[in-house]
Amino acid sequence: MLELLWVIPAAPLAGFLVLTLFGSRLRKPAIAMIGAGSVGLSAAIGIMLSAGFLDSPPAEHAYTQHLWTWMNVAGYVFRIALYFDALALVMTFVVACVGFLILVYSVQYMADDDGYARFFAYMDLFVGSMLILVLADDLLLLYLGWEGVGLCSYLLIGFWYKNPANARAAVKAFLVTRIGDTAMAIGLLLLASHFHTLRIQEVMQGVKEQWSVGSGLAVAAAALMLGGALGKSGQVPLQVWLPDAMAGPTPVSALIHAATMVTAGVYLIARTHVLFEWAPVVQSAVAAIGAVTLLLAGMAALAQRDIKRVLAYSTISQIGYMFLALGVGAWSAAIFHLVTHAFFKALLFMAAGVVILSLHHEQDLFKMGGLRKQMPLVFWSFLVGALSLTSLPLVTAGFYSKDLILWMVWSSPLGGPWLWLAGSIGAFVTAIYTFRMVFLAFFGETQSHVTPHRGSFLLIPIAVLAALSMVGGFIELPRTLGHLPLFSKLVETALPPPPEAHYGLSAEAAFQVVAGTVVLAGMLMAWLLFLRSPQYVRSWSAAPWGVALHRFLASGCGFDWAYNLVFVRPFVRLAEINRSDFIDSIYTSIAGANLLGHVILSRTQTGQLRWYMMGIVAGAALTVALAVLL
Amino acid sequence: MTLVWIIAIPLVGGLLAWAAGHRSDTAPRWIALSAMALDLALALGLWKQYGAADFSISGPWLQELHTSWIPQFGISFHLAVDGLSLLLLLLTALLGLLCVPVSWTEIRHRVGFFHFNLLWVLAGILGVFMAADLFLFYCFWELMLIPMYFLIAIWGHERRLYAAMKFFIFTQLSGLFMLVAILGLVFMHHTAAGVFTFNYAELIGTPLSRTISLWLMLGFFAAFAVKLPVVPVHSWLPDAHTEAPTAGSVILAGLLLKTGAYGLLRFVLPLFPVAAGEMASVAMVLAVVGIIYGAVLAFAQTDLKRLVAYSSVSHMGFVLLGVATNNLLALQGAVLQVLCHGLGTGALFILVGALQERIHTRDLRAMGGLWTNAPRMGGVAMFLALASLGLPGLGNFIGEFLVLLGTYQTSIPIAVVASIGLIVSTVYSLWIIQRAFHGVAPETRRVSDFTRREMATMAVLMAGLVWLGLYPQPVINTASQTLTRIQQTVVTAQSKAATVKLVGMSSPRSGEIR
Repeated sequence: MLELLWVIPAAPLAGFLVLTLFGSRLRKPAIAMIGAGSVGLSAAIGIMLSAGFLDSPPAEHAYTQHLWTWMNVAGYVFRIALYFDALALVMTFVVACVGFLILVYSVQYMADDDGYARFFAYMDLFVGSMLILVLADDLLLLYLGWEGVGLCSYLLIGFWYKNPANARAAVKAFLVTRIGDTAMAIGLLLLASHFHTLRIQEVMQGVKEQWSVGSGLAVAAAALMLGGALGKSGQVPLQVWLPDAMAGPTPVSALIHAATMVTAGVYLIARTHVLFEWAPVVQSAVAAIGAVTLLLAGMAALAQRDIKRVLAYSTISQIGYMFLALGVGAWSAAIFHLVTHAFFKALLFMAAGVVILSLHHEQDLFKMGGLRKQMPLVFWSFLVGALSLTSLPLVTAGFYSKDLILWMVWSSPLGGPWLWLAGSIGAFVTAIYTFRMVFLAFFGETQSHVTPHRGSFLLIPIAVLAALSMVGGFIELPRTLGHLPLFSKLVETALPPPPEAHYGLSAEAAFQVVAGTVVLAGMLMAWLLFLRSPQYVRSWSAAPWGVALHRFLASGCGFDWAYNLVFVRPFVRLAEINRSDFIDSIYTSIAGANLLGHVILSRTQTGQLRWYMMGIVAGAALTVALAVLL
Repeated sequence: MTLVWIIAIPLVGGLLAWAAGHRSDTAPRWIALSAMALDLALALGLWKQYGAADFSISGPWLQELHTSWIPQFGISFHLAVDGLSLLLLLLTALLGLLCVPVSWTEIRHRVGFFHFNLLWVLAGILGVFMAADLFLFYCFWELMLIPMYFLIAIWGHERRLYAAMKFFIFTQLSGLFMLVAILGLVFMHHTAAGVFTFNYAELIGTPLSRTISLWLMLGFFAAFAVKLPVVPVHSWLPDAHTEAPTAGSVILAGLLLKTGAYGLLRFVLPLFPVAAGEMASVAMVLAVVGIIYGAVLAFAQTDLKRLVAYSSVSHMGFVLLGVATNNLLALQGAVLQVLCHGLGTGALFILVGALQERIHTRDLRAMGGLWTNAPRMGGVAMFLALASLGLPGLGNFIGEFLVLLGTYQTSIPIAVVASIGLIVSTVYSLWIIQRAFHGVAPETRRVSDFTRREMATMAVLMAGLVWLGLYPQPVINTASQTLTRIQQTVVTAQSKAATVKLVGMSSPRSGEIR
């Protein structure tokens, strides 16, 4: 059964190949069949394998499938091999199943687009690469998937390439993530040099056996891997590309920039968790970066006008929570939030996509309003997603995962009150920006003409994800609420359990009450500010300090501005100054000097006798003078 | 005998093509095409014969041909092929073959003479990769120069005479340094052993004093550094590549530069292991400077062809880095980089040539929106840009990764700085796509997409890059024995030199050189 593992990434890649080679000759239904069908096949096989895996787990809870030897040079062996354990299972499920839903949604969403085949080809390539990423047995193969998804992100952000702004956003995304990737590549060089292999399990074993906790090598390796994770997952300071990435079609934002690719960094850190445990400094940095990111991005989300940019900042912020969890050693909690986030964020993007379609590609929140009545189905699903995002207690998936993280942050010896406080403030901010979005888009006055879309391809995936956003959390119930740790039990066959907590049930319950209160307070705040008495916000944003603050937040806290000033402009300027290659001017001046000599000397060849006489006399005089003087 | 045929076929084919050119324009094309196809078949036959899969051979050469030529001076007509040569022969035959269809519509004037020059320059290159006699090597080295000069000067673009002259002066001058060094080496060997010989195998291990070996090494290095090219002697390259006709650019970038890499591997390292070891750190710094400098300059260009040319400077920096690092990983990386750069950059030049044929400009500022007009072209360009920026799964990544991994063992800072080259290469590669293919197309412009002939050419090159990216092992195996031998020669000589020095207590630090 597990021998079919290779089909999971191969099916979408085959779909990509077919669509690339013959896409221009196929009709749209055929393209959709191949594009979505190949991912559906992956999802089906993934579910089948997962069922088999859960039913009768293989030895040591992992299955390795060696496909072929990539390179074998001087004792260094790199293999194309797949590795299937609980972590890979969860990720495969998210990527293939959520991916399939989004592709089904795209069948209708992209129906009027000229680049239909190109779109599905890229999407298939993405899913294939992402599956390679999560199934790779070798870090080098993981890196292949890693760069592959980065490429697809680039291709799909720039999908509507005719608009130069989209093309620029695409390049920006690729470049910024590539900076992180290069750090990661150097990390791979370090690991490969020490262990002569990049097989993840062997490297992790080697780290445990050969390096001491906190050693320089471990810290360097973990920091470099973290660099890659920061770029891909849009964490401070490499988060700048993600808001601009919203230039891509909405299904792309849902799949790549919300549910799957941007969480690859979380996966990477979880996958190489030994490195981070062996480098406590870096692990604390992960938590700190997560905390800073979730706050900064949450604040920035408050000031966005574009519905997709709000969601983008929200994604950055939610991944901040995952980093926070990783940083305190709550590995399975981070992955749990990754899963629920994939459900509700994909849902939010897809619902937003329908809104955008119905408003003729209008994304400005301030031009929406009152949509609740015109598109009730979309409204309710969006509301479910929003509630899950704000983690409304008890009934939403987001509650169970975020609550778990917050509790772990408090109770873990690696966490502490400050990180917990950051997470809780973040939850408050999340509630405000989420419901600001809900109120602006769906309540209030109707502002624009709506052509509702009722395509079942659009709505069924949304409905499925809405259901998952509600019930998806019940696979991991906390001790206070039934204690059903199915998810963590599964994931902890691959990842270590969280550090022991020394708190009683009552403490946990108290914290849950606090967390719930914070969320409700945030929702109330949003209601007050954006629905009941918007005049306050209006007067604040008119004041000079309000204008400055708004500009600061709306620009994503000035990172773009600073990077432009420090990196981009100097580089471009430097390149322009040296466009004609100053080294070449050395050779041209040698050539020029020769030419000049030639011109001067040939001038003396006048053919006039008196000139030659003069020359002889002057030469003779010079010789005599030299002889006399010396 | 196969080895002689490999050189003779293009030489004879060239003469035939020239002669046939007086009658018709298509005959020379077909003659050249069949000549190179035959050569490719011969090279593939050799590869098959010696088992591409596990390539183990006894003795240094797979095949050898040794005929006395000028016995008084120990000069012989000595061709020999090992794994490394074989790979480069394959690359030469393949790219040489593709050069013919590439010129099919571009070259319409003095077609016969064009194909004569094309085939003769290829013959020279093939000879360079096979010569096992230094005199013969120098002859082939010159043989590739002159037809190339004509290719640029006659069929080039606007500033062709300037570029051709610049190319000629740079390569000829540096070639003369090498000639002097060859003669010096032969005389030193004569002093030591009492016989004149130009035989490569016999000249290895010639006892040389430290200073002399350094100077002779520099003589060789000058010639190879100009070809490779190494910053700061690279500046002939952008002009020559830009002004040459497409086939000329393909040969320059895909093959001529590789003779520099080959020379370093074949001659500089084995003949002067100690001197090369002492210069290694300098060479590594030059390599890294080349990687970054070339990439930054590439980004600044507005002429697309010039951009690609500067990207070669950057890519070949990785080759120099691999050679200078001189461990098996880095050497394998350098060889793979050589092959992949040959395929990838060759293909990029073909693409630019095709573009210029259609829109009559190479200026990036005048392009934009080409994807709409020519989606197949856009897809190919995207693929090549990705190969150039080192996307895993395509060949260049393997080359660069192995070079970096090898370098990392020797010098971590150098490896880190070279890795930054990966970021800058992303900038210029995506810049090509953004400027030329994205954006809105001017409505007046009509651009026909790639034809079947062009698509087939590209498909071969792209398939090669994917193959090298996903399953490079046959190539690694083929090169392995030669590279191991080179590396061991160097290490043995260096450790011997180090012991001598240590005994003399002159400099304890020299033991570190690797």
